[in-house]
Amino acid sequence: MADQADFAELAMPFMSGLYAAALRMTRNPADAEDLVQETYLRAYRGFKGFQAGTNLKAWLYKILTNTFINIYRAKKRRPQQETLDDVEDFYLYRRIGGLEAVDAERGPEAEVLDSIPEESVKQALEDLPEQFRMAVLLADVEGFSYKEIAEIMDVPIGTVMSRLHRGRKQLQTRLWDLAIERGLVPSGSTPADR
Amino acid sequence: MDCDGAIHRVYHYLDGEMTVWKRRAIKRHLDDCPPCAEGFDFEIEIRRVIAVSCSEEAPADLRRRIGEALGLE
Repeated sequence: MADQADFAELAMPFMSGLYAAALRMTRNPADAEDLVQETYLRAYRGFKGFQAGTNLKAWLYKILTNTFINIYRAKKRRPQQETLDDVEDFYLYRRIGGLEAVDAERGPEAEVLDSIPEESVKQALEDLPEQFRMAVLLADVEGFSYKEIAEIMDVPIGTVMSRLHRGRKQLQTRLWDLAIERGLVPSGSTPADR
Repeated sequence: MDCDGAIHRVYHYLDGEMTVWKRRAIKRHLDDCPPCAEGFDFEIEIRRVIAVSCSEEAPADLRRRIGEALGLE
């Protein structure tokens, strides 16, 4: 049993992370703020049922995720059954110059990555279908384990792995497309296999 | 472990979600194969760029509103 009086002190430090996640989920600052506020209110009301000593961060993200699904997805007619084509491993690395690169002349790999503006990286993540976006967000931005993500999203671990791996690779194709659009890599570098 | 085997398991490896034995097999391959090792480093770099680019600071106004709602003010 957790004491409601302790809630604010324990939960407030997670607000920036929750807001970042909410922003990627809703893709809109006003909705993100509402989502985070609603999450805190629901968490506060449910805090007595939280087992002290268990994972508060994961518990808060689960409430955030459920609240998002309840409020925002309810606006759509039916839940999305989304799929993504599988993308080859090391998609971006191969294109930017590693392994048997598509164009061997291309330069230092990390420099291209660092030259992609933050806004484009956010855009690439937000372009992913919801289920994949949330898995990538929870793993790569928030640092949750497969097991934690499975609990947060209420799906089997195998589903988490599939969404995460496909989502990450799809994200690389978006980053590549954005790098081309912005002229960060030579314009002739259209991926051969897409 | 060959290149394809190692590359195919890159996410499990970087996520720390595999057995120690498989982990060692991949580590041995990376020690012997600089192109794969660079590719793994590149994946780590992509993840760092995503984490940094997508981090946000909660707006002060939101912080204040939630604080008030929770009776902190």
